[in-house]
Amino acid sequence: MKLIIAMIQPHKLPDVKKELFAADVHKMTVTNVLGCGQQKGYNETYRGVMHEVNLLKKVRLEIAVNEDFVKRTVDAIVRGAKTGKIGDGKIFILDLPECIRVRTGERGSEAIG
Amino acid sequence: MTHINRVKTLFLIGAACLMMGSGCPAFADDGAVPSVTGLDTLWVLITAFLVFFMQAGFGMVEAGFIRAKNTCNILTKNFMDFCMASLGFFIFGYAIMFGEGNGFLGLTGWFLAGAESAAGVPLYAFWLFQAAFCGAAATIVAGGMAERMKFQGYLIYSFVISAFIYPIVGHWVWGGGWLADLGFADFAGSTVVHSLGGFAALIGTIILKPRIGKYNPDGSVNAIAGHNIPLASLGVFILWFGWFGFNPGSTLSVGDGSLIARVAINTNLAAAAGGIAAIITVWAKFGKPDLSMAMNGALAGLVAVTAPCAFVEPWAAIAIGGIGGIIVVFGVVFLDRLRIDDPVGAVPVHGFNGLWGTLAVGIFGRQSLGLAHDGLLYGGGVTQLGIQFLGVMSAILFIVVTMGTLFKLIDSTIGLRVTVEEEHRGLDIGEHGMESYSGFQIFTTS
Repeated sequence: MKLIIAMIQPHKLPDVKKELFAADVHKMTVTNVLGCGQQKGYNETYRGVMHEVNLLKKVRLEIAVNEDFVKRTVDAIVRGAKTGKIGDGKIFILDLPECIRVRTGERGSEAIG
Repeated sequence: MTHINRVKTLFLIGAACLMMGSGCPAFADDGAVPSVTGLDTLWVLITAFLVFFMQAGFGMVEAGFIRAKNTCNILTKNFMDFCMASLGFFIFGYAIMFGEGNGFLGLTGWFLAGAESAAGVPLYAFWLFQAAFCGAAATIVAGGMAERMKFQGYLIYSFVISAFIYPIVGHWVWGGGWLADLGFADFAGSTVVHSLGGFAALIGTIILKPRIGKYNPDGSVNAIAGHNIPLASLGVFILWFGWFGFNPGSTLSVGDGSLIARVAINTNLAAAAGGIAAIITVWAKFGKPDLSMAMNGALAGLVAVTAPCAFVEPWAAIAIGGIGGIIVVFGVVFLDRLRIDDPVGAVPVHGFNGLWGTLAVGIFGRQSLGLAHDGLLYGGGVTQLGIQFLGVMSAILFIVVTMGTLFKLIDSTIGLRVTVEEEHRGLDIGEHGMESYSGFQIFTTS
């Protein structure tokens, strides 16, 4: 079992969701996050005072999958999120030792599927 | 009696006279300023202040109906267009609208030099009232072209429409132009203000094209929900309130009060009927009583009754407003079907209902209430309706051609639309370098 964590541009979320659904991935958690990467920040001015904003708004997707779904999930995220410009985001894949479905008490791969 | 007391007594008598209107001959005879003119001036100024406050209403409605990331931008546009309209209408506008000239435009009184009031109140009061109207016409377009139009382009547009385009149409109808000579009736501006703003917004949003993500390749429509419904509700209440200046103030005098009273009740009934009709329509059509549509419906009723409010009975105002509320719901759906993206409903509310309200004069209007001919329902045939149709269609054609040319010109020079990246990030950061809700995390996925 793997946990896929992806950081993407907020406005690409609808495209990523569409690609994930098309790849039969229907389970995900989405959070709004702030972060900085290679994109750096931008400048804001308020009443004549300039200040740099380097934590940018990003969307974080978390998807728990079984091994056979890893590739198609990652491919779908890339298809949806890629523009070719700096700031498109990153995908992290982590080992997931255990998973429990609260409703039934199922464990492991059964609980993810 | 001390001097102070005597002054107080005189003041109280004067105030009582003011409240009784013209019924105070003793003072009118020997006073330096006739109290009737004073009272009329007070009335026109108070209603001008109310119409000015509608600018806040427009700002709140538009801000509430768009996404958080563009709010600072739309409010800056709303703010600056009144500034632009004030100066544009002072330098050129008033002369074109009310100056001596021909049937098409006036040509005297630039910078108000040598200008004369077209009503029984002093020039400056009349100018302020008209300038507030001019600002209202200009600001309608901001909503229709929201979330993607460049700020510089908007500044140029707002000066041109308020200095030249609005005053030309105004001259035709209210400045003794060719439509006035035909007997065209538009009491407070369904055509002059609302059709003008609404159809300028229509041609603008067509040239500007839809927002990214509004329409799918297969033709289906995505909802891009407004970010603050309470703000939009406040805006609608402010507009409704301001309309009590917009329509009743267009009497330009107090008279015996009967005309003001009729206009005020008709204004209120049409707004109420529009709200009810729109919520019933949207409820039946989509299954839920959608507040945003009900509010658009009340505004639609207000726009529709603006032309006929002086010439119709209260029952007719209910009918006119109710039909306006239905038009607005179908208008929104119709525009989406044509893939014309109007984020706040400016075109159905002001454009379609400005057209409907102008025609309604020819259907429900009465000669006994001051109209040139009886309307269709009072046995006057289609004479007045024909004149209304000719007038509103000429105005719309003129607006679409002139504003279309202007928007194309802006598009090919400084550009009309922001870049794709800026549209995604929001015009607040892109155009103004600041956020509307600094310190809040806005959940934005579109």
